[in-house]
Amino acid sequence: MKKSAKELNIFAANIRKAALRAMNAFHGGHVGGSMSMAELMAVLYGEAMKIDPKNPQWEGRDWLVVSKGHCGPAVYGTLACKGYFPMEELETLNQEGTRLPSHCDRLHTPGIDMTTGSLGQGVSCAVGVAWGLKCQKKTNRVYTILGDGECDEGQVWEAALFAATKKLSNLTAFVDYNKKQLDGWTKDICDLGDLRAKFEAFGWNALEVDGHDVSAIAGAIEQAEQCSAKPTMIVLNTVKGKDCCFAEEMFYNHFIRFSQEDYDAAIQWLNNKIAALEQEG
Amino acid sequence: MYKVVSEIKPEKAEMRVAFAAVMDELAAADPAVAYFDCDVINSTGMVEFCKKYPDRGIDCGIQEANMISVAAGASAVGMKPFTQTFGPFAARRVIDQVYISAAYAKLNVRMFGTDAGITASYNGGTHMPIEDMGLMRAIPEVTLIEPADSVMLADLMRQTKDRYGVFYFRTTRKVTDQIYEEGSTFEIGKAALLREGTDATIIVSGYCTSDALAAADALAAEGISVRVLNMFTWKPVDREAIAAAAQETGAIVTVENHNILTGLGSAVAEALCETCPAPLHRVGVPDRFGEVGSVDYLKKIFGMTKDDIIQAVKAVLARKK
Repeated sequence: MKKSAKELNIFAANIRKAALRAMNAFHGGHVGGSMSMAELMAVLYGEAMKIDPKNPQWEGRDWLVVSKGHCGPAVYGTLACKGYFPMEELETLNQEGTRLPSHCDRLHTPGIDMTTGSLGQGVSCAVGVAWGLKCQKKTNRVYTILGDGECDEGQVWEAALFAATKKLSNLTAFVDYNKKQLDGWTKDICDLGDLRAKFEAFGWNALEVDGHDVSAIAGAIEQAEQCSAKPTMIVLNTVKGKDCCFAEEMFYNHFIRFSQEDYDAAIQWLNNKIAALEQEG
Repeated sequence: MYKVVSEIKPEKAEMRVAFAAVMDELAAADPAVAYFDCDVINSTGMVEFCKKYPDRGIDCGIQEANMISVAAGASAVGMKPFTQTFGPFAARRVIDQVYISAAYAKLNVRMFGTDAGITASYNGGTHMPIEDMGLMRAIPEVTLIEPADSVMLADLMRQTKDRYGVFYFRTTRKVTDQIYEEGSTFEIGKAALLREGTDATIIVSGYCTSDALAAADALAAEGISVRVLNMFTWKPVDREAIAAAAQETGAIVTVENHNILTGLGSAVAEALCETCPAPLHRVGVPDRFGEVGSVDYLKKIFGMTKDDIIQAVKAVLARKK
């Protein structure tokens, strides 16, 4: 790991703040899944991915396909923190004519590599990107983030079979396994069981880590890079709504409408967390 | 420039042979060309291609949805994907993938659905795509093409290799009648004029083209002069040719190997109403499911024979003012 856990944890908190800033301008959004992926975004954009915020289309960049495309705000928050566009622009989320639509769109937002939103498709597109790069003998890596509810879609498993058969070792996928989907617990709606074992059975190099532990995430990504013949799946055990004080304890926290007071309290909570992190040695 | 053959005869080889030959030519010329198929390479005649280009001839297995999104993703890094499977699976099973992964994302994919309409024959209703073009027609910015023969297929495949966008071709794997002389070239979006005529116009596409020509010749023998337009591009449809046909001949018959709801007849009706309204009669599958049978049997039960076309022209002439 190149950066300290402290730095990445502070980045994750800032990503949460930025995502909430975007959603606050719209008085709501996909809070739960945006919060649960913040540490992953911090590791990817804080150190793992080759990127150039000044040149989002840089040919040498690593690709990220956010297959759980409804979590655009977490991605926009990350991109704004990295300087792909001004922080103020986050407040245009879902405004008419915005570059920041609710779901990720490659044609609108600097730094968004693929259009997603219809669940199950982004992972296949990422597989296509990885296949195309490999076919051209390019060394860029491809990352993709799936929701756990998204894994109900059959297309996810079609993509899993394809990627393993084609030995797409340049592909690292993540499932944000926060155990909840729009309608409640995944185990009650469509039980995913042992996701890591499922992907392993599908021929992947499959790992499972605490999705809020930046060191563990970074270590798993490094392990994925060492795996030469298989795509890697990193199952991230996460909490939906993590570190958002009005959302974490709420049961239905997939899409939340929230007030200015809620927002102010959440930002205060995150500021306190950042201050505490900065106090650490 | 295209030239219509002087005598309509079956082609020497099946349309899939032409497809495979052109794919080979395109892949040899351009390392970005890739082919994706869903466990039907033995049926589509692409076995040799996949052996010759193991890195770019991809048998995905039976997973059409993944194939379309993978192709779209691969195009984002500069590949030029061609996808192919049987027509019903090339459309019904992938409609959201075509919509979101390919078209909405403005990526670059050429899709081929084989066994158009009644040419699925003894594969029966489950495998008989009579709605594929209608489904695709509902997606913005997708170009829809039904080649009339292998000569046209080859020319349009070559044209689309470097033409950015999303294309859906509907083809037959079987032998079809040759309509055009070798070396003919076409303009996407412009109907091809097969016969000049003044009393009525038949607008036809695909497998039905030779029957439409035979009907026009039979009507000519009765003193009825019929223009025949090959509307091989269903979207964007050639509104100018439709308006001119309505203005100059005053009556239109559409003939298609597809459900007349949502298909060529619908596309022509829309253009006709908005440009130069004229009586229209649609020949094609009358909004019912396919079933097993020979192509001739299916033509008969769906009302798509040469005689049905002749009767349709006479019916529409009776309504002409």
